[in-house]
Amino acid sequence: MSMPLLTTVVLVYLFIVGFLTIKAYRSTNNAADYMLAGREIHPFVMAMSYGATFISTSAIIGFGGAAAVFGMSLLWLTFLTIFVGIFIAFVFFGRRTRIMGLNINAHTFPEFLGIRFNSRGIQGLTGGLIFLAMPLYASVVLMGGAKFVAQILSTDYNAALFFLTIIIAIYVIMGGLKGVMYTDAFQGSIMFCGMLALLCITYYKLGGVIEAHEQLTSMKDIAIAIFGAKGHTGWTSFPTLGSPYWLVVVTTIILGVGIGVLAQPQLIVRFMTVKSNRELNRAVLIGGVFIMVAVGVAFVIGALSNVFFYYHDPATTGKIALLAADKNVAQIIPLYISHAMPQWFTAIFMVTLLSAAMSTLSSQFHAMGTSLGRDIYEKALGLSGNSVLITKIGILFAILISYFLAWGLPAFFEGGTAIIARGTAIFFGICAAAFLPMYFGAIYIPRMSKAGAYASFITGTLVSVFWIFFIHEKEAKPLMLCKTLFGVDSLASGTLWTLVDPLVIALPASIIATLIFSRMGSKLPQAHIKACFHNILYFKK
Amino acid sequence: MLGLEGIAVPLGMILTVLSTLLCIIYGIKNWNKGYITEEEIAQEREWLQENNKVKENL
Repeated sequence: MSMPLLTTVVLVYLFIVGFLTIKAYRSTNNAADYMLAGREIHPFVMAMSYGATFISTSAIIGFGGAAAVFGMSLLWLTFLTIFVGIFIAFVFFGRRTRIMGLNINAHTFPEFLGIRFNSRGIQGLTGGLIFLAMPLYASVVLMGGAKFVAQILSTDYNAALFFLTIIIAIYVIMGGLKGVMYTDAFQGSIMFCGMLALLCITYYKLGGVIEAHEQLTSMKDIAIAIFGAKGHTGWTSFPTLGSPYWLVVVTTIILGVGIGVLAQPQLIVRFMTVKSNRELNRAVLIGGVFIMVAVGVAFVIGALSNVFFYYHDPATTGKIALLAADKNVAQIIPLYISHAMPQWFTAIFMVTLLSAAMSTLSSQFHAMGTSLGRDIYEKALGLSGNSVLITKIGILFAILISYFLAWGLPAFFEGGTAIIARGTAIFFGICAAAFLPMYFGAIYIPRMSKAGAYASFITGTLVSVFWIFFIHEKEAKPLMLCKTLFGVDSLASGTLWTLVDPLVIALPASIIATLIFSRMGSKLPQAHIKACFHNILYFKK
Repeated sequence: MLGLEGIAVPLGMILTVLSTLLCIIYGIKNWNKGYITEEEIAQEREWLQENNKVKENL
């Protein structure tokens, strides 16, 4: 790896990020600017920011590596992220969220729910859950970025972690959501170009699109010989229905992330940053194309890396991707880049990954900071103060917690990187179960009561936490609470339930609780409902 | 199909392309629809004034 080339590319990248932050800092004058980017963000910036926030190092390195193991069945997740994560999210959730957000002057996702249900408790609980659960997600993304930087620069992990955290902290605290979204758009553009180049070079190297796919299909017997017992049927076909691999691919990877994307607080807040529905309409086009390239490429390349390592790389001939990377899933994509791509591309990909990590982290820190400052301190606790300053302090707290988690996690989890994809899936699952039915009710069911919102939140959260600690073996085993209390790794040990993702159980439970309780308790005043749904219920555009 | 095996994976790839096309067509068709109304501009101004008032009081 050419160090002068790498250093130049990274310095130019950081210079542009710094310039965008200063530009945002100069145009941030009030709380609406700091938390909602002044509600006048350009559709390109909004769409790229949404996409870049969604796609982190976890998606490229973690899930790309997973595609090398499970194969192209993960393309169903690409379909869901475009259809659900962009089309459904923008058209059916985004428009109503934007209008209602303006009607009630909400600045954050918890505030949106709190005002809609006329409950400071809901705002505080939602903000609290975000502040408690999101550091796990932020810390694993931070870890992924720092590990990659440490590996490429041959430096210490803790040093890379420290400097990466400092850089992100400066531009999030200074620029607010404007700074985050401007830099996201720039970083998203880099990711788009980097991933597109990766796809073209890969297909070119493997002899074309159909030829590359056929080579991967012809490796079917190898896949069955190695993973057949768990339901693998080849890298270009779906795992056997009901097998362990099918459960992981469908419940954790495809549904967990594909549905969970609808209830991500750091993404939902972006709907409230644009001036009108026109910007959202335009963002659908930009976001759809961006996600297809950013997510789809990682999954296709991950699966095709098996062909490269097995047939085309002299150093790994006769080895599938997982074995070439010494059974370290998170190592597959970086190894593929360093073996298959030209040297200049490694520098580009380094910046691509840095962009993926930084764009997601900046939004996470902003969401956590506003949850602590605005939602918990100001609203739930009813304390007053300078909104922007309190949020900045909240962001600083969030950064410190995430930093220490990222610093400590590798010491507790062997290999460190294995926790990256898992942390992401846990957070997406909890958000979907705790927030999605309540959020859907907030914008679609005017008669939904406060009791329904509480029931939805509490059921979704408790069932998720129970499943994570006591049933889903991938988490229950390392957390060890089940082992301590009951002497077993999972209460469902020996059954396929241990492989079923928490979301598959917690989301339906939360929906049922919402349906049962949404007609109970005191009704919200009619004037309040009318104010919330102004321009929505009879909105025909 | 496309050098892939069975139905599910090629279908996943086709649905990915179709859903992207859906986003593109929707975006183009509604490119100029839904621009901010006078009422929304007034609403925004009102919130901004209220925010500024709170800031001044602090």
